[in-house]
Amino acid sequence: MSTTRYRVTHDPLRLDDLIDAVTASPDGDAPPGPGALSTFVGLVRDHNVGRRVLRLEYEGYEPLALRSFELIGQETAERWNVQMALHHRLGVLQIGEASVMIAVTSPHRADAFGACRFVIERIKQIVPIWKHEFFEGGDVWIEGATADPDDDGARESAYRLASAG
Amino acid sequence: MQVTIRLFARLRDLAGTGELARDVEEGATVGAVWKTLAGEFPALAEYESSISTAVNAEYSRMDSTVSDGDEVAFLPPVSGG
Repeated sequence: MSTTRYRVTHDPLRLDDLIDAVTASPDGDAPPGPGALSTFVGLVRDHNVGRRVLRLEYEGYEPLALRSFELIGQETAERWNVQMALHHRLGVLQIGEASVMIAVTSPHRADAFGACRFVIERIKQIVPIWKHEFFEGGDVWIEGATADPDDDGARESAYRLASAG
Repeated sequence: MQVTIRLFARLRDLAGTGELARDVEEGATVGAVWKTLAGEFPALAEYESSISTAVNAEYSRMDSTVSDGDEVAFLPPVSGG
């Protein structure tokens, strides 16, 4: 059983690994029984802005990506009473494969849903990972947000999206 | 002194390498390292206003100073998830 909360890996992701990480008792006693478990799985889509996508290649700056995961974990804990696990895949991914998985446990469902949404929004803002899209007729690096963990406006925007449900 | 420069995604493609070592002046800033790099690879210049930077795998600012042996990374806008 894996209980690693934060992971960047070239291997296929397994949701059970994340669920184990957020439900395992830290001291080996009986599981705490959180009441709610929310998960998010991002999959490689077969189309993007009118292009037929063939595959994606994910590249990452792994040590900084892991530190960013830890920061997102701290930001999540400041707002919600939750436990969170986050795994992201790198390398060549085919259509339908999982690129990112998030698992959140909480005593109540509202916190679990909200924190899960916050984490995926924050990933897109500050985690140094990039998609190289190979589509019919060419390829392109996808470029989204300029990563700045100190940008309060971006963080508040992610909190707002999470609170909107 | 010497720093290791790391480039990712399209920056890596534009420079043709993801890692290079360059001599910089004592007390140089991350911005000065970028200027050196952009002088060598003019195609990178378009990214000046949109990159993020990191020193030794911690996010930094353009005015952060670097030390001998540091790893200085330049990151185009991110697209994980």
